[in-house]
Amino acid sequence: MATTTMPTRSQPSSLIGGQLPRWATPTVGASAVAAAFALNLTTGLAGWFGTAIVAALVFLVIQSIWSFRVEGRRHAVDRLATTLVYSTFVAAIVPLVSVLFTVLVKGLAVMSWAFLTDSMRNVSPRAEGGGVGHAIVGTLQQVGIAAAFAVPVGILAAIYLVEYGRGRLAKVISFFVDVMTGIPSIVAGLFIFTAFVLGLGLERSGFAAALALAILMLPVIIRTTEEMLKIVPNDLREASYALGVPKFRTILKVVLPTALAGIVTGAMLSVARVAGETAPLLLTTFLTQSYNYNPLEGPQASLPLFIWDQITSGTSASVGRAWGGALVLITIVMLFYITAKLLAARFAPKG
Amino acid sequence: MSKSVELQDVDIYYGTFKAVEGVSLTVAKNAVTAFIGPSGCGKSTVLRTINRMHEVIPGAYVKGKVLLNGEDIYGTGVDPVNVRRTIGMVFQRPNPFPTMSIAENVLAGVRLAGERMSKSDAEAVVEESLRGANLWEEVKDRLDRPGSGLSGGQQQRLCIARAIAVKPDVLLMDEPCSALDPISTLAIEDLIRELVEDYTIVIVTHNMQQAGRVSDTTAFFNLAGVGQPGRLVESGTTSDIFSHPKEQATEDYISGRFG
Repeated sequence: MATTTMPTRSQPSSLIGGQLPRWATPTVGASAVAAAFALNLTTGLAGWFGTAIVAALVFLVIQSIWSFRVEGRRHAVDRLATTLVYSTFVAAIVPLVSVLFTVLVKGLAVMSWAFLTDSMRNVSPRAEGGGVGHAIVGTLQQVGIAAAFAVPVGILAAIYLVEYGRGRLAKVISFFVDVMTGIPSIVAGLFIFTAFVLGLGLERSGFAAALALAILMLPVIIRTTEEMLKIVPNDLREASYALGVPKFRTILKVVLPTALAGIVTGAMLSVARVAGETAPLLLTTFLTQSYNYNPLEGPQASLPLFIWDQITSGTSASVGRAWGGALVLITIVMLFYITAKLLAARFAPKG
Repeated sequence: MSKSVELQDVDIYYGTFKAVEGVSLTVAKNAVTAFIGPSGCGKSTVLRTINRMHEVIPGAYVKGKVLLNGEDIYGTGVDPVNVRRTIGMVFQRPNPFPTMSIAENVLAGVRLAGERMSKSDAEAVVEESLRGANLWEEVKDRLDRPGSGLSGGQQQRLCIARAIAVKPDVLLMDEPCSALDPISTLAIEDLIRELVEDYTIVIVTHNMQQAGRVSDTTAFFNLAGVGQPGRLVESGTTSDIFSHPKEQATEDYISGRFG
């Protein structure tokens, strides 16, 4: 053993360092909060938000100094980093929970079977009553048509990029997919408006809206499918080729099923992304207060347009309906997502 | 029906890089031929040219002739898909298809190629192939369970069952035991000795004892030098190669006096 080590401090073992007592963190936390409140009361600075920030800063400073004195630099940095990670997590989750909670409370206030099935036909903005039935129909049809276009095209494009694309064409497509991810949604609406309404002279309709949504879905689907296909081990492709299976059947029967769970998730994320889009719908379909089951003809309502319309009406009854519409929209997206997860789990590789 | 394979002056390239040069070799039918040699000398590359798997890698190509019972598999109009149905392959890492059950894995070669098969025929193929791979007794009660749930050695035998289910003439094995424990290795080696009754087998191995145990013929590959293409140093019956090799390099490698 080492007999010539440098003389160390009078500690029983070099393996045991200084440690803060167990009660350190809660005590420092409580005193930080107390200090922040005291400061807020005496100086009258800021509201609860400022108080929370002050409390967090006081906590960080006291804990760091104390830990540094007792435990040393490494532990102090560890505690600092841990605190930062937890507080940023809370900071990220607070608005999320707050939004969900608000929508839930305000939305449930107007929720009823009639609200889900009625339309706004002959309901004045000031009047109570009316419903989102016509908007649910519109959203389901438009998002459904958009998905029917974008999901197959997107998956096939991703298959091309991963399995076939070589050289310049693949790189160019890949680049434009990345660019498309950043397209403002209103540009997609403008494009369809220009091509469909001005160019072809067709009337605005739910179908035109669906095309605009499909454009927004494409890059998301292509990107996620591409990533999923890339992580399918090459071993599996080779195993299939070595059995004398042609390439396209290998892709269809081995590669796609292996990646299916991720592809379904990606498709659902893209549906979730466009279900709440408002801007492209403003340009491609007029709002209506009535049921319209035909996406090919005439104005068709949808949940985002409904919410926008009710909020701009500005009466207490209409704002209440807007919250109800928001709750319905979130619920629909959530149901989609849960269904997709269940489907994906069913198809996921076993073992 | 097993067939012989003959390589005539084969050069193998990855893009502009010449990986293997001037290989001429005859693989006898109903015999086990072992490819030995240091890492990176091109044994696996040569193996993969025998069923046209080499060209799956972008930019890779082959010059020279590979004859299967006298017919050039690189001839014009030859469909690599048909070549691979005739010459099966087992890989280094067991790679059962994760989305398929044990039975589906065995049938993968038949089903994925688009052939229709009656249920009783399919069951017969599954049992025959799994028996052929000495796996039937271990898995017959759980044929519908995922193949990835088996142990490594069982997975590798499942892959062998999958390869023989399409009834190839030649079976290529690329270090089939390198990921397996000694007991599983022994099981596979016994299996190879049984399979040679019906198939021509080529096996790449890093394990000299294994080459000695399972093979009838051994081919020793080596690099001519750093950055040089790999080449076939010599080939002959396994007992000749191991007891009195003609080349010094072979003797050095076999006796372990080699970097």
